[in-house]
Amino acid sequence: MKPEQNELFELEVEALIREIHTAYGYDFSGYARASVYRRIKRFLGQKHLQSIEDLRKFLFTDSFFFENFLQEITVNVTEMFRDPTFYKSLRENVLPILSTYPFIKVWDAGCSTGEELISLAILLEEEGLLGRTKIYATDINQKVLRQAKDGIFSATHMTAYTAAYYAAGGKRDFAEYYTSNYGSVKFNASLVRNVVFYPHNLATDSSFNEFHLIVCRNVLIYFNRTLQERVYQLFDESLVDLGYLALGKKETLAMSGISSKYSFVDKNNRIYRKNS
Amino acid sequence: MDDTSRLIVIGGSWGGIQASMKILQGLPADYSIPIVLVLHRLRNQEGSLQELFDKKLVLKAEEVDDKAPLESGHVYIAPANYHVLLEKDHTFSLDDSELENYSRPSIDVTFSSAADVFGKNTVGILLSGASKDGSSGLKYIFDKRGTAIVQHPGEAEISTMPLAAIQSTPGCSILNVERIQAYLLTLHGH
Repeated sequence: MKPEQNELFELEVEALIREIHTAYGYDFSGYARASVYRRIKRFLGQKHLQSIEDLRKFLFTDSFFFENFLQEITVNVTEMFRDPTFYKSLRENVLPILSTYPFIKVWDAGCSTGEELISLAILLEEEGLLGRTKIYATDINQKVLRQAKDGIFSATHMTAYTAAYYAAGGKRDFAEYYTSNYGSVKFNASLVRNVVFYPHNLATDSSFNEFHLIVCRNVLIYFNRTLQERVYQLFDESLVDLGYLALGKKETLAMSGISSKYSFVDKNNRIYRKNS
Repeated sequence: MDDTSRLIVIGGSWGGIQASMKILQGLPADYSIPIVLVLHRLRNQEGSLQELFDKKLVLKAEEVDDKAPLESGHVYIAPANYHVLLEKDHTFSLDDSELENYSRPSIDVTFSSAADVFGKNTVGILLSGASKDGSSGLKYIFDKRGTAIVQHPGEAEISTMPLAAIQSTPGCSILNVERIQAYLLTLHGH
């Protein structure tokens, strides 16, 4: 795209966001624009479309095409044991405290295709807590939720995941957790036996339960400050006193209104605890 | 005098750490224009670049936090495993989507995003590297009438990246690090 067309492009995106809200009920108005522009340009390129005008023709006549668009606009890139030191810290600093509760409730918000969920479940399993933990795995996107539920992943990244698992303090043979089959791996269904999967839109839906731990890593980076604040309030309402909030390594509560109610458990890994 | 209406974005890969260090070491603590530094590094490697720069520069070096506002006197380092984008309100947005040019952070991504926000007030500097990342971003800056500078290939530890950029943006300025530093000093306070 030529730079001089960019101002027009940005105006068209604003109109498109309003139209999508009206036609499909998805509200992207609080999404970080720099990222939305990038995702849309990328999508146009993939589909060999020249302009937003061309995109609109398909978007509002073909709901299957819209599903595909939704998939691409909301980033679903994720990996197992991303930032091993985060998982190590969760294991060492958070799980021992959670183990004092008779029953543990965890919310994996924006769970995408389930890599983070599997990582959390393995950690809980190895600390002997999985049996009395209920994990709520939510995402805006129903398609990725189905994938997460199936627990089937491409074998391509397993070498990297295995290394990350051990770096995160993994205690077993990682291969115990899955079976391989024709280039894909299926994780043991027992890991997700206490997981409930359901669609939840952080931009519009409200609090639905109270949790001891909320994990929401690299999801809010796609939102603007206003929408982030909404979600932080939502998390605050959904956390018990002394509950934990785990964000991505470069996400911060510092600019949020709930900041004063939280203290760092691990500053480097952005694990916070709600004050009593 | 703070000047957050302008932005300097520097990209580099192999050899880029040393080159950017040499350039930035000559800038004063109150340097008026914010600087964003995108250097390729190994995935899942944490922290150390920030410490290295913070120790050697009088400017304040920090890794970019999501939604942090741009301030002068700072060098913002792209964190491992994230693309760095700029918003119209002069804050950062991070992005952990697909690799670009086999890289995350990608120089192209930050250069283009910076040019969308800062237009002709963008200064893009591409340094040594064994990659082609950065050349389309530098062209984008140039097409937006920003300033496009490439480290002299003869001086670069690996010339692949400078040569790719010179090919895609023939109108760029080709300078050695000493001249790049001198140029940045002329921008200070103006």
